[in-house]
Amino acid sequence: MNRKRIIDIIIILVLACAPLFLNTYWVDVLNNIGIYAILALSLNFILGHTGLFHMGHAAFYAIGAYTTAILNTMYHIPIIWLMPLSGVLAGIFGYLVARPIIHLRGDYLLIVTIGIVEIVRIALVNNIFGITGGSNGIFGISRPKLWGFVIRRPQDFFYYIWIFLGISVYLFYRLENSRFGRALNYIKEDDLAAEGSGVDSSGYKLKAFIIGAIWAGFVGNIYASKMTIISPESFSFWESVILFVIVILGGSGSMRGIILGSFLIIGLPELFRQFASARMLIFGAAMVVMMIFRPQGIIPPKPRTYNLDFLKLGEAEK
Amino acid sequence: MSLLELRNLTKTFGGLMAVNEVSFSVDKGAVVGLIGPNGAGKTTVFNLITGNYKPDSGEIIFEGENIVGLPTHKIVNLGIARTFQTIRLFQNLSVLENVLAGCHCRMKAGMLACMFRPKWQKEEEKEALKKAWAELEFVGLSKELTNKAKNLSYGNQRLLEIARALATSPKLIILDEPAGGMNEQETQELVELIGEIKKRGITVLLIEHDMSLVMRICEHIVVLEHGAKIAEGTPEEVKNNPLVIEAYLGVDED
Repeated sequence: MNRKRIIDIIIILVLACAPLFLNTYWVDVLNNIGIYAILALSLNFILGHTGLFHMGHAAFYAIGAYTTAILNTMYHIPIIWLMPLSGVLAGIFGYLVARPIIHLRGDYLLIVTIGIVEIVRIALVNNIFGITGGSNGIFGISRPKLWGFVIRRPQDFFYYIWIFLGISVYLFYRLENSRFGRALNYIKEDDLAAEGSGVDSSGYKLKAFIIGAIWAGFVGNIYASKMTIISPESFSFWESVILFVIVILGGSGSMRGIILGSFLIIGLPELFRQFASARMLIFGAAMVVMMIFRPQGIIPPKPRTYNLDFLKLGEAEK
Repeated sequence: MSLLELRNLTKTFGGLMAVNEVSFSVDKGAVVGLIGPNGAGKTTVFNLITGNYKPDSGEIIFEGENIVGLPTHKIVNLGIARTFQTIRLFQNLSVLENVLAGCHCRMKAGMLACMFRPKWQKEEEKEALKKAWAELEFVGLSKELTNKAKNLSYGNQRLLEIARALATSPKLIILDEPAGGMNEQETQELVELIGEIKKRGITVLLIEHDMSLVMRICEHIVVLEHGAKIAEGTPEEVKNNPLVIEAYLGVDED
C-alpha cells in the first residue's frame, strides 16, 4: 500500500466521523462542499477532460432541481424516484443545448454557455409554463426517504451526499481510465489529430456534455430535497463561475484536486467569515497567485498507468 | 485492383485552384508516391482523401465506395489512416496512450460499459493494449512506453505517428513527408519500415521531398504541379519525363 492510499483512507475516516464532533453549522458547510464537489466533478468531464470552456453548468443543475421540485410538489412522487428522472432530463437538455454549439471553440463556446445559464435563470424567474414559481421559487419539497428512513437532519444529509460523492468518484474513475476517458483527453490535446485517429470528436464532446449534465441533474435532485425550497437565485451565473474556478484551481482532470478545490473555495470563506468583506479580496488575490505559480492546478492529474504484465510473460522468451 | 481511386478531384480556396481535376488510382498492396514542388497541392489531396476538406467536385472511391462527404473518423474506420506533415501527437500523453488512440476505432465500449466494466470490456481493453504494444514494437518504440510524446526525438515522434496510424488496422496508410526532419540513418530505417508495412499487406501512399527515398521505395509515382497532375508512372518513367524534370527536379540555371 502506498502513501497516497494511506492518506486517502485517513481522510475518508476523518470525514466519516466528522459529524460526530462538529456542530450542525459545520456539518452543513461540509454538505455544501460535497454538493459543489460532485458538481465540479461532473463539470470536470467537460472542462477538465475535454477542455471545453463551459461556464453554464448551473443550468443543468437547475433543470435537475426544478424537475424534482415540480414533480414532487405537484404529483408527490418520492424524491428518490425522481433522481434518475432529474438526471435524464438534465442530460436531454444538455444534449439539446450542446448539439448546435459543439463545434465552437474556446472563447466562443464560453460566451454561448454563459448565455445558456442566463436564459435558464431568466426563464425560471419569469415563471415559464407557469410551473417554476417565478422568483420566489418552489417550496414544500419533501425529504428523500431511503428504506423507510427519512433523511432530514444535516447529519443525515452529510452521509447521503458524501456516499453519493464516493459512488460518483468510483464510477468516474472507471470512466476516466478507459476508452471513454482517453478519447476525451485526445480531443483536449488535439481534436484534429483525435479525429484523424478515428475518434468521433464532436460525438465525444457531446457525450462529455451529456454525462456532465446527467450528474448535475442528480445533484439538483439532492439539493432540492436538502433545501426543501429552491429559487432561481441558486442557479445563477455566479454558481457556474464558482464551479469553473474549482475545476481550474483544483486541477483540470484531477478528482483529488477538484475535491480539495471544493474545500478551499467553499470551505475557506466560511472559516474566515469574521473578516467579512476582506475575505473575498484575500481570496481573489490567492487565486491570482495560484494561477501565476501553479497554472496546472493544486493537484494536477497523474498520468494513467497500465498493467502490461500479461505482455511481459511472452517477453521472457526473447 | 485499385484500392483507392481519385476521379477528377477539384478543390479551390477562394480564387486559388489548389487541386485541379486530379485523377489517379492506388493499387492494393502498392507503395505509391505523390510528389511535386512546394505548393503543388499534395497535402491538399491528402486532406481531401481523409475528409479534412470537402472537394468542390470529383469522387474518391475507396474499395468501391464513394467516401466524399464522410467525416474523418468514419474514413479512418473504413481503413484509411494518416500521419501529418507537421507532427500532431497528443504531446502530454504517454507514448502508449498515443498509440491506444489508434485502437479506439476498433473498440466498442461506450460510457456504460466503461463505468460498469463487463468482462468483454476488460478483454477489449487488454486486446487494445496488446495491439498498441505490438505496433510500438513494430516501429521500435516499445522502450519509450511511459515517456510523454513531447519528450521523444523528432524522428521518434514521426515513428510514433506511424504506430498510431497502424493501430487503426488500416488498409491504406497515408504518410505525409514521413522522412521530414530525419537524419540519414533514420531515413534508411524508415525505408525498411515502409517495406515492412507493405509486407503486412497495407497499401502505402506517401508524400516525400527526399527524391532518393521516393525513387527507392515507390513502385508508382504521381507528380503534381500547380494542383494538376503532370505525370504518372514508374520511378524510371517519371525521372525521364521532360515535364517533370522541368517542373520539379528543375533545370538549374544559377
